Amino acid sequence: MTAEPNVLLEGPIPVVEGAERTRRRPGVRASTLRSFSVTFVAVVLLAAFLSPMLRSVAISLKTTEQITASNSPLWPAEPATFEFEGREYDVYQVPMPDGTTQDLALTKKGRQSSEFIDPANAAAGIIVWEGSWRTLEQSWQFAPHWENYPEAWEIMDFPRLVFNTAMLALIGTAGTLLSCVLVAYGFARFRFPGRNLLFLLLLSTIFLPAAVTLIPTYTIFVELGWVGTWLPLLVPAFFANAYDVFLLRQYFLTLPRELDDAAKIDGAGPIRILTQVIVPQAWPVIIAVAVFHIVYTWNLYFEPLLYLSSKPDLQPIATGLAQFNSIYSEQIELIQAGTIMTIVIPMIVFFLAQRFFMRGIVITGVEK
Amino acid sequence: MAIVELEAPRSQAAYKPPRFNLAAREALWGYGFISLWIVGFLLFTLIPMIATFVFTFTNINLIQNEPLRFVGLANYQDLFADPRTWDALLVTFRFAAFALPIGLLIPFSLALLLNSKSLRGSRYFQALFFMPYVIPFVAALFAWGGMLNPEAGWINGALNSIGIEGPDWLNDPTWIYPSLVLIGLWGIGSAIIINIAGLQNVPTELYDAANVDGAGWWGQLRHVTIPLMSPVLFYSIVLGVIGVLQYFLVPLVLNSGDGRPAGTTFFFNVFIYKTFFTFQNMSAGATQAWFLFLIIMAITLVLFWSARFWVYYAGESR
Repeated sequence: MTAEPNVLLEGPIPVVEGAERTRRRPGVRASTLRSFSVTFVAVVLLAAFLSPMLRSVAISLKTTEQITASNSPLWPAEPATFEFEGREYDVYQVPMPDGTTQDLALTKKGRQSSEFIDPANAAAGIIVWEGSWRTLEQSWQFAPHWENYPEAWEIMDFPRLVFNTAMLALIGTAGTLLSCVLVAYGFARFRFPGRNLLFLLLLSTIFLPAAVTLIPTYTIFVELGWVGTWLPLLVPAFFANAYDVFLLRQYFLTLPRELDDAAKIDGAGPIRILTQVIVPQAWPVIIAVAVFHIVYTWNLYFEPLLYLSSKPDLQPIATGLAQFNSIYSEQIELIQAGTIMTIVIPMIVFFLAQRFFMRGIVITGVEK
Repeated sequence: MAIVELEAPRSQAAYKPPRFNLAAREALWGYGFISLWIVGFLLFTLIPMIATFVFTFTNINLIQNEPLRFVGLANYQDLFADPRTWDALLVTFRFAAFALPIGLLIPFSLALLLNSKSLRGSRYFQALFFMPYVIPFVAALFAWGGMLNPEAGWINGALNSIGIEGPDWLNDPTWIYPSLVLIGLWGIGSAIIINIAGLQNVPTELYDAANVDGAGWWGQLRHVTIPLMSPVLFYSIVLGVIGVLQYFLVPLVLNSGDGRPAGTTFFFNVFIYKTFFTFQNMSAGATQAWFLFLIIMAITLVLFWSARFWVYYAGESR
């Protein structure tokens, strides 16, 4: 790389080429066009990326009849009807002689010709249309069935699932923060024999497949009588994990040591330095770890399946949603309502702590 | 510290012992702070790992319930003789060969797009592309599963509208891997963020230099961006390999790990799960788990070894 600019300076032709390139730089209009098209591509991709969410919302507001009906619209709707002189008539999309299509209420069905009235102008009287009414398509009107949500809420026992998950998240986050901050502080600020080796060992646990430790760990929890309680999900959180220790340590390393030293001169011991110097400077990363753990808890599926299958009352939300699906899979609208309800809370957490969250990921992923 | 240094000039003999004590005390504090992890590592990692290894030489089977005895290498012989071992391994590697490149390419391309100077409101796009990362995988599975429904899903709906008859995604052996990739798509947020951060770490002078050299968009990407992004790429590959070799939660929820359609979702970890929980053959499961562990270790070591040839760390003299 360093040698090439010299080569360039020596040969006149590339220089001219370079100059031409700058002169031919796209003008303001071209760059606006470019910016418009790039933004347009991003909008289209984002729409496709998030479309399953939109679909889930749409399905969650439909009736089972609409979901199973062919040719029903994508949005929540039901067949349109029109009440006229005390009777209810179905509304159909009727092609008119002038080439337009009108929504008309079918009052008298017939094979050769049918009678309709115009819901918008019922006083105008009966319109006779030539043709079999069976060839016509029903017209639909917007009808969101919000009651799917309370129903799913009730069947899933949603408040209990949220409570269980929130408690697991709260206690687990406390344990994770406590243990990981201590361990990260030890690795970041103290010199001791074998420190690098131990840190490498800690990081290498990331590569370990869970299956290698699963059965003995399960057996220990059985022996301790912890199966059917939250303890197997909570206790390991109090013994630190590689990802969060790494994240915290990286952050601690960036904090200036001068403040530590100043506190030391004032007679502060290592614990006071941690609580009064390090932690107050490290809030962004501490929040990041907390948010990661909350999201982790919301995602917990396998461990609860393993340890809480006998205690449905103690299950967290992801396991609860999967179970709800295995029982009510015929009622797609309820499953989708449950799915949306499950999504909402981590989404709120994300929007509240988005900055810390994304920064935390950058620290683990890019900085070594 | 300050006290020690004041005392230091007095005599060498008086200087040395406190300095040693200080180092020892520092080490003690260090061990004290990391002790929680050491205890946890012993209890939840090392001891269970060794126990699992010991199991591989025994006959623990909760269904047959024979008296415990050592069987030597019989479990290993069974493992290698079992065609399902190689089927599951092949299935896992085939999925990895499909999903890994896509899992690298999509976040990288999206990061290029979201980091583009021409994009308006890039911060909002970043947040919105990241957002689904927080969605539990079970919920993502139900949302994407609906999209992939052959009749009611929007994907086949869109294909129909342009005259293509879409497949039965989740039940077609040809389309199951693309479906699983789509189901996992909402998890790419963190990879996008890491890629964007990597792109922003590329010094702009290098692009200016490439520009002077007459490099076009592709030339810059090929000769500046990709080499400087190699640490991010390496990180993504390592984590991707670990993830894909242990892939099993989605197939477990999707079809309770029965391998449908046509055995294409009978991943190695599904195989282990079945051995443990359906056949309750703990020794066979332990042997499979250790086999998987050794495979992951071997691949990781090869990756780390290969890094020296293609991963470029800025500021490293070479």
